[in-house]
Amino acid sequence: MSPAAHAPLAGAIAHQPTAALHAQPARKDTILYLDGVSVSFDGFRVLNDLSLYVLAGGLRAIIGPNGAGKTTMMDVITGKTKPDAGEIYFDGNIDLIALDETHIANLGIGRKFQKPTVFENHTVFENLELALKGGRDAFASLFFRLGGEQRARIGEVLETVALADRRFRIAGDLSHGQKQWLEIGMLLMQDPELMLIDEPVAGMTDAETEETASLLKEIAKTRSVVVVEHDMDFIRALDCRVTVLHEGSVLAEGSLDAVQANERVVEVYLGR
Amino acid sequence: MNRISPLAFLTESRAALVTLGLLVAAAAIVPVLNLMVPVGSPFHVPTWMVTLLGKYLTYALLALSVDLIWGFCGILSLGHGAFFALGGYAMGMYLMRQIGERGVYKHPVLPDFIVFLNWKDLPWYWHGFDIFPVALLMVILVPGALAFAFGWFAFHSRVTGVYLSIITQALTFALMLAFFRNDMGFGGNNGLTDFKDMLGFNLQADGTRVALFVASAVALAAGYVVCRFIVASRLGRVLIAIRDAESRTRFLGYRVEHYMLFVFVVSAVLAGVAGALYVPQVGIINPSEFSPANSIEIVIWVAVGGRGSLHGAILGAILVNYAKTYFTGALPEAWLYVLGGLFIVVTLFLPKGIVGSIPAFAARDFSLFGHRFGSAKTGARP
Repeated sequence: MSPAAHAPLAGAIAHQPTAALHAQPARKDTILYLDGVSVSFDGFRVLNDLSLYVLAGGLRAIIGPNGAGKTTMMDVITGKTKPDAGEIYFDGNIDLIALDETHIANLGIGRKFQKPTVFENHTVFENLELALKGGRDAFASLFFRLGGEQRARIGEVLETVALADRRFRIAGDLSHGQKQWLEIGMLLMQDPELMLIDEPVAGMTDAETEETASLLKEIAKTRSVVVVEHDMDFIRALDCRVTVLHEGSVLAEGSLDAVQANERVVEVYLGR
Repeated sequence: MNRISPLAFLTESRAALVTLGLLVAAAAIVPVLNLMVPVGSPFHVPTWMVTLLGKYLTYALLALSVDLIWGFCGILSLGHGAFFALGGYAMGMYLMRQIGERGVYKHPVLPDFIVFLNWKDLPWYWHGFDIFPVALLMVILVPGALAFAFGWFAFHSRVTGVYLSIITQALTFALMLAFFRNDMGFGGNNGLTDFKDMLGFNLQADGTRVALFVASAVALAAGYVVCRFIVASRLGRVLIAIRDAESRTRFLGYRVEHYMLFVFVVSAVLAGVAGALYVPQVGIINPSEFSPANSIEIVIWVAVGGRGSLHGAILGAILVNYAKTYFTGALPEAWLYVLGGLFIVVTLFLPKGIVGSIPAFAARDFSLFGHRFGSAKTGARP
């Protein structure tokens, strides 16, 4: 893969995998800025002085063995877990530490869970409607009527995630892969600036995996997307900068080829 | 979407039309059968039965209030009897003040138990209860305010699931103990009773009994319309989302605690109204209405009828209470076993209750979740 073929997102540091590991970009240029973040559960450090910087725009993949802290990292960014130490900023200047999940979601951070989580008793259409940006006030929602523009937007997203012919199906009846796509569709409805996507292709066929990769690349043209995955073929298809987490901190960062050639990464993945 | 009528939340659901139709019919026919049909006729409905039916309707409204939070938002309150009892006490206080000089001690202002306690003045919180609109306001305000305060702390602290159920149980138990105390000024153990009249009408008169029955039917119908409006709205879809995947709902940017608080307060107010209609019909309110067992019984009514179905809750309350009336008459010692057995059978074999287990109804029942209403109704649909 030629570094020049990269999207303009990663800028100069994308080409210097080794030097880039601790090269700290200016906070104002980042969409997501984690600095020295630590989280312990019962004395076990799940995140250990984790520093991760994601520049605005484009895709970033996060890989790492089980227990590396990938999901906990998502939890601290989205407000589900409070870190014991460290700084987390969104969009360069919004401190996320003191905010809760709802507030952070409304700032423009969307999250897809590892296990696809859709509203099983609602139809596909209703799932998307619930995710529709804006209108989160309880009283207003009592008298809410879907507008024509909003309906059209839902129609668009239904096409994007290939669920248009299933719009009136109960979401609980969808296949695993369709639920994954529905959840991605819900993220699109939220229209976030930053999408955090946890294992989007788990349980998908090869063809679905490929389609998901091209869908995410398309989405990343207009916003920032951070993807956590295990599937190396999928990561390769994403063709983006990769960060390797290990024992709660960043082990390596760079192009997929560069991190795969990294001895320490090989060691961690294959065992000592 | 301009073509959707504002009443679509009712007219689109067959269950809603049937439920409201039956209530209107009951409110129209029962008074005729009691007041106009002569006593000897086989069609005559005796007054005791009118009152019994009226009592069932207030229980149905109570069941509806529990179904709204439990069936649609996953909040299992095991203390909803507290809100019912508080509404009942507010109405009881009005009825006590109406007794006036007709009490045993003939005191013009003080109710008997207060004279008996040797108190010289009316406690401050008894003032105003001689005015009917004030009492009505309190019927709504007291349960509503308690639910707001309780819900604010519970939902903001994210107390959910079994922990919330236990705290609601503790709430009603604490209130029961408090109301048992004589110095609380609510009649202690005996509660409030010996009511004479309401708005100047003798509570023992057939006409008053019938009017209370009709009021109960109207209140139940209104409560049903309110619940139906809520569950068919976007707010209702958010409630179900919270019930099924609370943290997903938060990550979508919904302030989950506000939604829970809203529906919890509405539910407490409905329970309070039910209590206020219950008390003049049964003629007494005492602290045993706060007993935790009562609150658990309400949950059984809803489970039997069909959790998550509004008409199911009404059906469950009426059927279980009819069975209770029957068994406590025919086999008094068997009733608790029947009730326990019923709960086990429903949990094991009818997890969706009676309504959810009848296929023809179940298919229709999805309309309660808004699938046939509002958002799903698009021009693109054939």
